[in-house]
Amino acid sequence: MTGYIIRRVIQAVFITLGVTLLVFLLLHLLPGGPARAILGPRANGVQIAQFNHDNGLDQPVWTQYWTYVQHLATLDFGYSYKLNQTVGALLAEDLPKTLVLVGLSYVLAIVIAIPLGIYQAVRRNRIDDYVLTGASFVFYSMPVFWLGIILIVIFSEILRLLPSEGPQGATVGDLFGQFTSLILPVVTLALGTVALFSRYMRSSTLENLVQDYVRTARAKGASEMRVLFFHVLRNALIPILTLIGLSISFIFSGALITEALFNYPGIGLLFWNAAIQQDYPVILGVVVVTGLATILGSLLADVLYAAADPRVRYTKA
Amino acid sequence: MSVGPAPQQSALSVGPITAAPVDAPAEVQDIVPAYETRGVWRLALDVFLEHRLAVFGVGVVVFMTLFCFIGPLIYHTDQTTTDLNNQFLAPGAGHVLGTDQLGFDLLGPLMVGGQTSIEVGLAAALIATTFGVLWGAISGFFGRFVDAIMMRFVDVFLAIPPLFLALFLASAFQPITLWTLIAVVAIDAWLIPARLIRAETLTLRTREYVQAVTMMGGSGARIVLRHIVPNSVGTIMVNATFQVADAILLVAALGFLGLGIPLPATNWGLMLSNGVTFVALGYWWLIYPAGIAIVLTVVAFNFIGDGLRDALEVRLQKR
Repeated sequence: MTGYIIRRVIQAVFITLGVTLLVFLLLHLLPGGPARAILGPRANGVQIAQFNHDNGLDQPVWTQYWTYVQHLATLDFGYSYKLNQTVGALLAEDLPKTLVLVGLSYVLAIVIAIPLGIYQAVRRNRIDDYVLTGASFVFYSMPVFWLGIILIVIFSEILRLLPSEGPQGATVGDLFGQFTSLILPVVTLALGTVALFSRYMRSSTLENLVQDYVRTARAKGASEMRVLFFHVLRNALIPILTLIGLSISFIFSGALITEALFNYPGIGLLFWNAAIQQDYPVILGVVVVTGLATILGSLLADVLYAAADPRVRYTKA
Repeated sequence: MSVGPAPQQSALSVGPITAAPVDAPAEVQDIVPAYETRGVWRLALDVFLEHRLAVFGVGVVVFMTLFCFIGPLIYHTDQTTTDLNNQFLAPGAGHVLGTDQLGFDLLGPLMVGGQTSIEVGLAAALIATTFGVLWGAISGFFGRFVDAIMMRFVDVFLAIPPLFLALFLASAFQPITLWTLIAVVAIDAWLIPARLIRAETLTLRTREYVQAVTMMGGSGARIVLRHIVPNSVGTIMVNATFQVADAILLVAALGFLGLGIPLPATNWGLMLSNGVTFVALGYWWLIYPAGIAIVLTVVAFNFIGDGLRDALEVRLQKR
């Protein structure tokens, strides 16, 4: 078990380094390089040379990469010339707000998807299972922004129950102060995830329902409820653990769109504005941070998976 | 001699496998299919055609293609002169889908905008699948060190959330043209086929026929291109179809975020983001047509992928 975790952690460190290298190289492949991107199209050669010299951009690429990694290690993500702030400060302000959005959506999605998946497995191939399967197919194929727009039309334009804009403010406390504004973004992001999770939960439950231990439990006189919630649920949840880890990059992508649609002040919105204004220090900072979150998520999922299912660690370690 | 009912059931079920006896009446010979004489592709086609949603998907894709590429030749609209006297007209005679805030007809851009989605979707899926399949097959076939390096490369790309990667590339590749958009989507998409085919290759390379080719002195390139790739064609086709659906979604998302091909070109995502501005005014025709077009096309490709999976998996079971 320990050996397995250590190997997974080493792998994660290498992938993180790979992400920083990829991002770094892509930035340097840009036409004109960072100087052109920061000083703008009208900067002349002298200005660009001066900028490159001041920022160490005339050094060999590997020296520059080493400096970049050293800066990252001290949480120095660079400086946004467009927003006149350090990228670190921008991330520190906006990342927690995105984590609130993503976290609440995950919780909501799991709370809905798990009972839904079990219900569908129990009622498999009956009319209600078909209806729910069809619905999850549609929700899964639906772009997040379209789903969000429909929710806005229904809940803020027709019913006038909820605001069409996300909560505004600098801190997480501000967001919870405007709880009604938080509802639509969270639900928008959660619905697509529910479709994904409930499909897995359904098939995972179905797989477990035909196992020998279920027959044994039934033979010993356990009620159907006890079989489902005491025996099957625990085993059926194991693949969902992995799925939660693997879906982090999926849900971050959804969060970007949700934040753009609802003007929700998280890193997705920060990233979107940076992408439009070609604010590369911010773009790089956000890509590295979301990459790190994804890597940590799948690492955590693998470790939990190994902890929950002994078969994994005995075969892999 | 009893003549059983003609097997109308799916090819999955265990029906009569042989052709109808020669002495059976002529009409029975016609309706009892002779499975032995039919190729695997014909069998796969039969199963596919029984998947009603997949057939529906094909119908939608054909309709959308005609709508987007033939439609503009029949229905002409003026997209260069603003007409403020006729802004926000509801759908009706003259403007079938109404007009926007500048008085532009909305059916025209819906058709033309769909062209980008379909073109980028198909081209990006084709490029991503070709590249990903080769990457995965080479990685899986050579294994060991090559595999470790090539797959860690894939892991690095996969660590960046797809939309973030796409937005980063789109902002780096300015100005966006049809080809840069295809490149952005393809760079996002090749990772999944690479992983799938690598896994498939790991099992295929231990098969006897691959070992036989190795023994006969077949080169690595020959084994990958002539044996491993053709034998994973089912997986490849199913995945490529889903890739088209994902690519169309990504194009719509980029357009919605203002990083599609810039004006005067248009696309469904851009139309939606324009419509959102006026959502509070109740102009539903600014948002529903474009949204429905996206969802319909994406669902259609997903249904086709589902049907293909059924069809090609049955093919595998039959062997």
